[in-house]
Amino acid sequence: METHCLKRPTRRQFLSSVAFTILAGSAAPVLARSISGALPWEARSADPPVQVKPGGWLFFTPEEARTMEAVADRLIPADDLSIGGKDAGCVVYLDRQLVGSYGNSSRLYTKGPFMPGLPTQGYQAPDTPAQRYRAGIAALNGFTAGAKGGKRFAELAAEDQDAVLKDLEAGKITLPDKVDARSFFNLMLTNVMEGFFADPVYGGNRDMASWKMLGFPGARYDYRDHVSKHNQPYPLPPVSIAGSMEWTTR
Amino acid sequence: MDDKVGDETIMTTILPRKDVVIVGLGWTGSILAHELTEDGLDVVAIERGPWRDTATDFNIGYAQDELRYAIRKDLFLQPVTEAMTMRNNTSQTAMPMRDYGSFLPGNGVGGAGVHWNGHTWRFWDSDFRIVDNLTRKYGAARIADLQLQNWGVAGEELESAFDRFEYLAGISGKAGNIKGEIQTGGNPFEDPRSRDYPLPPMQMTYAPTLFAEVTKSLDLHPFPTPSANLSEDYINPLGIAMGQCTMCGFCERFGCANYSKSSAQTTVLPVLMRKKNFEVRTDSEVLHVDLDVSKKHARGVTYVNTSGEEFFQPADMVLLCAYGLHNVRLMMLSGIGQIYDPGTGEGTVGRNYCYQTNSGAQVFFDDKNFNPFIAAGALGQTCDDYNGDAFDHGPLDFVGGAGINCIPSNGRPIQTRPTPPGTPRWGSAWKQATVKAYKATLGFSSQGSSYPTRGNYLDLDPTYKDRFGRPLLRITFDFPDNDIRMSAWVTNKMEGIAKAFGGRQYNISPRRKGWDSVPYQSTHNTGGAIMGENPRTSAVNKYLQSWDVPNVFVVGASAFAHNAGKNPTGTVGALAYFAADAIRQQYLRNPGQPLVSA
Repeated sequence: METHCLKRPTRRQFLSSVAFTILAGSAAPVLARSISGALPWEARSADPPVQVKPGGWLFFTPEEARTMEAVADRLIPADDLSIGGKDAGCVVYLDRQLVGSYGNSSRLYTKGPFMPGLPTQGYQAPDTPAQRYRAGIAALNGFTAGAKGGKRFAELAAEDQDAVLKDLEAGKITLPDKVDARSFFNLMLTNVMEGFFADPVYGGNRDMASWKMLGFPGARYDYRDHVSKHNQPYPLPPVSIAGSMEWTTR
Repeated sequence: MDDKVGDETIMTTILPRKDVVIVGLGWTGSILAHELTEDGLDVVAIERGPWRDTATDFNIGYAQDELRYAIRKDLFLQPVTEAMTMRNNTSQTAMPMRDYGSFLPGNGVGGAGVHWNGHTWRFWDSDFRIVDNLTRKYGAARIADLQLQNWGVAGEELESAFDRFEYLAGISGKAGNIKGEIQTGGNPFEDPRSRDYPLPPMQMTYAPTLFAEVTKSLDLHPFPTPSANLSEDYINPLGIAMGQCTMCGFCERFGCANYSKSSAQTTVLPVLMRKKNFEVRTDSEVLHVDLDVSKKHARGVTYVNTSGEEFFQPADMVLLCAYGLHNVRLMMLSGIGQIYDPGTGEGTVGRNYCYQTNSGAQVFFDDKNFNPFIAAGALGQTCDDYNGDAFDHGPLDFVGGAGINCIPSNGRPIQTRPTPPGTPRWGSAWKQATVKAYKATLGFSSQGSSYPTRGNYLDLDPTYKDRFGRPLLRITFDFPDNDIRMSAWVTNKMEGIAKAFGGRQYNISPRRKGWDSVPYQSTHNTGGAIMGENPRTSAVNKYLQSWDVPNVFVVGASAFAHNAGKNPTGTVGALAYFAADAIRQQYLRNPGQPLVSA
């Protein structure tokens, strides 16, 4: 029979890992407890999201934000169907995500050793999303400065921006400082789309632009009146967790 | 009890004895706690995650938040708490899944039963006695490259346990076979059941309605998927009331704010939590089961709370009711049974790990509006014509099969934006194609069986550790060749169905070799502590009692000797009731003794 002698962490190691978890969360610290004899109930113990308000940057430098707004406007261009990624607030969304538990990977498994791994084994590098944006944006602007006559990405014409993004997506560009072009492109695409399609409470999808575009009614929670109306358009406009368009002060 | 580690000393507080300690308070832990407290036993459940309940944690004001729950995975086990490593075969070095992707274990009270979709199936007798059945029909040579085993039970032994779980949970469906009489509109391939489901099927949305018409025209037998999203208001046998599902489209990955999706919260806990002989300790992680010197008897469990304080909870019985994979790891960390070795085929803990073999189809229309956001996790239609042993495998080169399901569960736009193949991923052309396809696409999928092989197994990783320094679970898995052939054959049938819809175009996503841990596939991880007839090839007997340590029961999909082409929860619930009956009616008369002689 195999046995395993377990090396336990010291109290200090364990407490520091708990503190880390608590800091990463949005809510109050969670403590162990015993419950018996009744369903526990505490008033106001729910944990709603906090509305992101645009204005200022918490993670990006103004220069980085300009780059990302230019990227967001090419990934999701303004056209007859919707406003563009910048006006939709996708970069405000991203900025706030990068200062939270997503940006610092505090919910993920981040212990070493770090080895490359196979594609089926997923992302294996130690860098957090926050670190990848810091390095990736600098590398993107470094690339365009060299290849496009000293211009930063945001200063390029729209067609040139599209060409650079297509080459990033295809891995045809070698970015400086060992930034993986395709991987960084996929990160930006994933996050910009999240911002565009998530509830506006997180700072993107301004005025529910993407939901109106698709016809997604958002946070409505009861479709019993329409379930048997097959193949007929749903009549009501979208609502957000924060309410309907009409309730929102501008 | 002091352990010297470096210059620090960890004190372990010894707590007053309990009759029963349960590890994990999800579906199985809640059912067993309820059943055993009925006999007056003093029961404590120790749950790694937080207390969770509908109004506070799945609040109707903000439950419908795709980013928070589906993308950032707020309700799931976080890898910082416990990750697992994976590889496709023993020639590779396993790496940690730094984020969960292919499957999403639950966390907290209610477990994965909080965030499931609600498909509630019964496995068939031809599953439980799979070796007998396949050998009789096709000969032993047909299954020689698989490690299939009988489960040690027959389907009819489990009928009343399935029935009780379905009535506890208020399952909505249409019986296909009541006491041998085939029922129009139900699943003609299911085993006989004693009575119909407690609730009628859900009202169908447009896509499954069309799927039923098309598959009927192809001489298949569609029926409403048995659903834990309730078609009507319901009061279950414990007196707990649930509400009608509103088809909000926020089911899998979400808790239900409507009390409409069956879970421990909506079916058991309101009664269980009022009992004076029950206690749950939340945010407390069990480190291991403590055995006595004989290694044949469990003394209790050691756990740690959020302050890093360690406790020893003595108990006469230990029930492992965590997620199946966690049950297996806890057995390994505790020295219960022998860890499976794929080289020799010896050892039972970690044996017969299986998964699910799925594929998909999409049909793109120009002139239809499916309103994809009007949906529920299990609202749809299924055809079992090509599932399990419902069809003749005589001329075929595989065993097993798949249910074909049209269950469009949501229109949540971060994740559900179908576009035809070749569509750009960004820019104006992407946007036009996305808008055109959003409401006009019908998807259906196959959920295929996963059969055990000698090389697919679980053990402890030699390199990567959790936050307490314990080794992570290591998954070594790839889709067996048999299952790939099965899926290719079923997917070919799906292509015929897709063509028959007459849409503008269709797209098929077949299953290929090389299990990828990144894209979501299924949280139907089974096996590793399987039930069976023989202690040399199974970790627990038919009552889910450990062969090695008889006062330990290991309850969950960890007990499945293989996985069928069906979601596991119905069978998990039935096994929980079956084990509870065995404990109440047999074990308690002779505590500590094996219920089946080895």
